[in-house]
Amino acid sequence: MNQWLLVAFFFIVGLIIPVGAIGVAAILGPKKPNPVKQETYECGLETVGDSWVQFKAQYYIFALVFLIFDVETVFLFPWAVRLGQLGLFAVIEGIVFIAILIAGLVYTWRKGMLEWA
Amino acid sequence: MTTAQIIFLVVAAVTLASAFMVVTTRNLIHAALWLVATLFGVAVTYALLDAGFLAVVQVVVYIGAIAILFIFAVMLTRKEMRDQGPQLNSGWWISALLAVLTFGGLVGMLWGWRGMDTLASEMPVGFDSINALGDALISPNAFVLPFEVASVLLLAALVGAVYVAFNPRSGDSRK
Amino acid sequence: MDFLKDPLKLAADWLIGLMTGWGMPEGVATGVAAFLGIFVLIAILMVIDIFLVWLERKVVARFQDRIGPNRLGPFGLIQPFADIIKLLIKEDITPANADKVVYNLAPMLSMMSVLILWAIIPLAPNILGVDLNVAALYIVATGAIGTLSIIMAGWSSNNKFALLGAFRQVAVMVSFEIPMVASLLIPTILSGSMGMNAITRAQYPLPFFILSPLAALIFLIAAIAELGRAPFDMGEAESELISGYNVEYSGMKFGMFYAGELLHAFTFGGFWGILFFGGYGLFGLEKLPALAFLDNVYINMLTLIVKAVIGYWIIMWVKYTMMRIRIDHMLAFNWKFLTPLSFALLIVTALVHALAKDASPWVYGLSMFLSNLVLGWIVVEFLRRYSRAEREKVEGPAKPAMEAAGH
Repeated sequence: MNQWLLVAFFFIVGLIIPVGAIGVAAILGPKKPNPVKQETYECGLETVGDSWVQFKAQYYIFALVFLIFDVETVFLFPWAVRLGQLGLFAVIEGIVFIAILIAGLVYTWRKGMLEWA
Repeated sequence: MTTAQIIFLVVAAVTLASAFMVVTTRNLIHAALWLVATLFGVAVTYALLDAGFLAVVQVVVYIGAIAILFIFAVMLTRKEMRDQGPQLNSGWWISALLAVLTFGGLVGMLWGWRGMDTLASEMPVGFDSINALGDALISPNAFVLPFEVASVLLLAALVGAVYVAFNPRSGDSRK
Repeated sequence: MDFLKDPLKLAADWLIGLMTGWGMPEGVATGVAAFLGIFVLIAILMVIDIFLVWLERKVVARFQDRIGPNRLGPFGLIQPFADIIKLLIKEDITPANADKVVYNLAPMLSMMSVLILWAIIPLAPNILGVDLNVAALYIVATGAIGTLSIIMAGWSSNNKFALLGAFRQVAVMVSFEIPMVASLLIPTILSGSMGMNAITRAQYPLPFFILSPLAALIFLIAAIAELGRAPFDMGEAESELISGYNVEYSGMKFGMFYAGELLHAFTFGGFWGILFFGGYGLFGLEKLPALAFLDNVYINMLTLIVKAVIGYWIIMWVKYTMMRIRIDHMLAFNWKFLTPLSFALLIVTALVHALAKDASPWVYGLSMFLSNLVLGWIVVEFLRRYSRAEREKVEGPAKPAMEAAGH
């Protein structure tokens, strides 16, 4: 049997259990909604405006830097698996790859992208 | 029909339906979440083809990084979290034309392809796609150069991202 | 004696035999048996999760010099069940402006992202869901789904605190994913495989925490950040964000987030044990002729569970003794310290592995351990210089020790 079918079963069961628990709770619990109860919770103050506030662009920049590094490190997995069989040449290739990765890190660092400004 | 074919058809239908939702839903965050569903559908398709590495990488990179980046970008740039603006701009017919042409080109390319009606050969017993991929990426007579060039390309992408996203002098908002 | 060796296969064969006896095709019967097995495993996990709530509350109480739950049943053991009944019959409040579908989907995805991790955990050589050859990346992929659930919860609640909490939590989670991936690469290099079973087997005779103690440490730190637990719990920061991304959730939906976090911590304790402490193996003890009776499925399962509990306890220990770190410090710690360190470690490990892999295990182990030690020492020395320089910026140049002591 395809092993991914088993993984799919895990996804299905992993979804059934929380859906079941939340569903049972929704059936058993009382349902008496009123406007005050359903207000957005802000420590008793009345909510002003919608939930949009000016977010720091820094969050986006970290996500951007992360994306590049994520793609690069993913490339390293096939290399890491075969490292033992392929000898020194492969190691040097990988080190060059990681060195370019580190160069990117140093660049972003020097440019101040990693500062929480 | 075999079970695999039924599963494939269901997955493909879900993927296409969520792709359709991406372009039709009015709420940008919903569009991003439908995009996640589409990308996950593609990951499932990879898994159906027994391309485990690609399936997992699809989830790690596209859902774990790119979708998150999209959501961040939407939240940073849109003033209204529940955006109800117009969906089409004046150039919609150009993009529609391009989409149709691309689709037509793909169909034309695949029309004469023999792979559609021939079965792929069975994988040898004990075949490990990760090992094959690792060998292909680093053995000197295969794809070493593209492997290293990929890292240079990503470095270039990073430099470009830094330049575009971060310009302290003008403090502009090209995020 | 088959029942002692491979109880899972025995049960599956029995079940398949039963179902084919009813006239079911064999393929369908295998599928149904697998589905039932997975259902039982996840049901057991949920029961374990209930006891984790009790354990967590007891342990935090001891850390804070309290007794913890002690009224219901012996040692308060019935308490978590009472909690569950309460969660089940609580009113399910959805805030008025919430995005209903996304709001309800988020806690389910959060729990699912933890439960699917157990697909790749080998409880014993034969007792595991799937021996994926990309298991190490699978861990990261489930983390992606967890990240997504948090941002969905934060956005759909339509609450400023929730959205801010989600943003912070996601920034931390994605940032610490880089050292996490790098530290997952180390067992992959050492064992030559991404599969959990292969990684476990490769840790005989030398478990990877000896070969690469730094990687074990980096993985633990990254895992704690991935879990969003103190000192990296910026996402919930109750003193400023009340509860962060899950502030609008109540009843069972909150329960899913809470139970999911505890089970996640336990699971990562298990992964720490698998990746660096030999998984279901007893550090080679079971290979000794005199202790051969330890090489047994049940002992294997028990070993892994005990290792997971120990890992979980360490994660709790960190949580309840460390203070929360400011978010800029936290991200700087990741990007300017942990990430470069993990890449340096990766290079060193790859080099030493290539140079010493044909030597005897002792030479290999010693060179690995020493290279880690040297790297660690360099890092500590560097940190000392750096913090001294920072201190001198504030306090002026350091006085010689004699003078400072008042002589």
